[in-house]
Amino acid sequence: MLGTKTPPQTDRYDSEFKRLEKESSGRGLLPIRRDAFARFAELGFPTTRHEEWRCTNVTRIARTPFELAGRDGVRLTDRDIGPLTFAESAGRRLVFLNGQYVPSLASVDSLPDGVRLGSLAEALDTDPGAVEPYLARYADYSDDAFTALNTAFMTDGALVEVPAGCTLDTPIHLLYVSTPAARPQVSHPRTLIVVGAGSRATIVESYVGLGSGSYFTNAVSEVIVAEEAVLDHYKITEESDQAFHIGGLRLHQHRGSDVTSHVVSMGGALVRNGIHAVLDGEGCECSLNGFFMLSGRQHVDNHLRVEHAKPHCNSREFFKGILDGQSRGVFSGRIVVHKDAQKTDAKQTNMSLLLSDEAQIDTRPQLEILADDVKCTHGATIGQIDEDAIFYLRSRGMSEAAARSLLIYAFANESIDGIRVKSLRDRLRDTIYARLPQGHELRDAV
Amino acid sequence: MLEIRNLHASVNGREILRGIDLTVNAGEVHSIMGPNGSGKSTLAQVLAGRETYEVTEGEIRYQGKDLLEMASDERAREGIFLAFQYPVEIPGVTLNYFLKAALNAIRKHRGLDELDAVDFLALVKKRVELLDLDERLLSRGVNEGFSGGEKKRGEIFQMAVLEPRLAIMDETDSGLDIDALKIVADGVNDLRNDERAFIIVTHYQRLLNYIVPDYVHVLLDGRIVESGGKELAIRLEEKGYGTFATSPSVGQPVA
Repeated sequence: MLGTKTPPQTDRYDSEFKRLEKESSGRGLLPIRRDAFARFAELGFPTTRHEEWRCTNVTRIARTPFELAGRDGVRLTDRDIGPLTFAESAGRRLVFLNGQYVPSLASVDSLPDGVRLGSLAEALDTDPGAVEPYLARYADYSDDAFTALNTAFMTDGALVEVPAGCTLDTPIHLLYVSTPAARPQVSHPRTLIVVGAGSRATIVESYVGLGSGSYFTNAVSEVIVAEEAVLDHYKITEESDQAFHIGGLRLHQHRGSDVTSHVVSMGGALVRNGIHAVLDGEGCECSLNGFFMLSGRQHVDNHLRVEHAKPHCNSREFFKGILDGQSRGVFSGRIVVHKDAQKTDAKQTNMSLLLSDEAQIDTRPQLEILADDVKCTHGATIGQIDEDAIFYLRSRGMSEAAARSLLIYAFANESIDGIRVKSLRDRLRDTIYARLPQGHELRDAV
Repeated sequence: MLEIRNLHASVNGREILRGIDLTVNAGEVHSIMGPNGSGKSTLAQVLAGRETYEVTEGEIRYQGKDLLEMASDERAREGIFLAFQYPVEIPGVTLNYFLKAALNAIRKHRGLDELDAVDFLALVKKRVELLDLDERLLSRGVNEGFSGGEKKRGEIFQMAVLEPRLAIMDETDSGLDIDALKIVADGVNDLRNDERAFIIVTHYQRLLNYIVPDYVHVLLDGRIVESGGKELAIRLEEKGYGTFATSPSVGQPVA
């Protein structure tokens, strides 16, 4: 951050923090909270002068006097969440409302022995020793104000612990629901996922807004994947139109582990996915995928950092975005290859489809390579709908609207196809169809 | 079925078609021949409704309706099909999906029931065999990674599925080896009947050995300079287009 500092809009978090400090006195987490809050106050909210935030302006977040979100007076029923859940995760689902765990909506009766799926707050209360080796040890808050803020205020979220040698054949679903209140609220959901050696799991985090109004989800997920483990991770954001979502996803991979991540952003006024993967053992496979579809004045920033810390790891980044209206997208992908990380193979692809003259995408590949025997490639394309293709489709009898919609769908499909949870994939397809002119006809035609 | 009267068309202010007259009746096969730049492909694209070309004069009536009033997709639903010279690749949409959507758009327009997946597959399977196409192409992106020959056969395959009333083939023979040419010709001959008409745009006479036209028209400089029977194509092959260098009266057969 540069010399002169803007007035510390971090002040308004002081009183809430003091209250939280009192509540958590004597807890093991308190020193970390204090440290994180001090760091947040020092850093302040980033401005566009900050290199990592050049294309994303968070002034609106900094200026809004958010109150800590709660569940008071809000009731969520099975009927409300029914459309937000999917069949495959029955018996393996946690639901959070405005950042807090809702035991009555959880469904955790179908878990193999040794798998822990529950509220983080509860674990911190009853078994802090299980959480402390991981929590806030990976998601670095020293240079990230939002992660610092989350770490200072985290009170609840999900804990998923898969023991070594365990195969989970159906996905776990962590559903974070926000309900906008009369006054803007902020929640700091925290997710901790630890996948044991040789295990296999699929975990879906979804962030959904019910109702309209401004709120702020400041989420952080820490994901630790042990030796030879395989994880499919999904993060789906469908926040409300006026919502802000800043999400940090910190992936830590040990030797021979294999992680596939999908970050899909379908809703929210401003969404930032800060994804930081560290390949901290030989022979890791890391595949990071992203998709967004924006309209109006939406803004989505996918901010990636992939660190090859050990030799013989492969990483793939594949991010696609569709931008309409006056929306703005950002892709910035930094690949860091440490000195010893020979035989690194890193590939980055970013493709954008602009549907209007006023939509804008910034794409910034950055390579930092300190080893000498590596393969790193990056490619970015920015395009518009191909008019030759439109004519081709129309010449076969499809209306112009249907032809356009089909081409947009085709662009999205390459990303959606990679989603391995069937009902999640079907749901996303439906969401995309629903946003396309004549989309329903297209869907019915097939 | 189709009546073209004094058709003039331009692209970017440059006139390409300079007064075309042509009548095509149901059941007929017409071949439009001409050298590069004579306007053959422009004519094909104008008939299919490409908006890049501006029709500046003349009229086209198709089945009694004003064709120029119809958008390209409406023309397709009314039974016009253009087999493209350069079929467009569309990654992300399978040929299967695309063709089913197109066929059902056309069927709906004609007041027919939309086909379900089972009926569609049965229909498609027969046509795939007819054109000797690999069935796996159906589940690939439209034309994506198809060889040149596969693309051209793919066009005729689509034609066979969509069953147009007026089929226009734009240099379908270019880039085809003799075996592929025969397959394409067989596919077209199979579709010939009393209700369907064809306009075959080609540079060479070769294709016409296999699809025997009822009429051959020579297009030069945006005008039809001569019309005749299939023997005209053979004469062209022997003598070339040079003999037509000076344009006689527009649209009138010279022979």
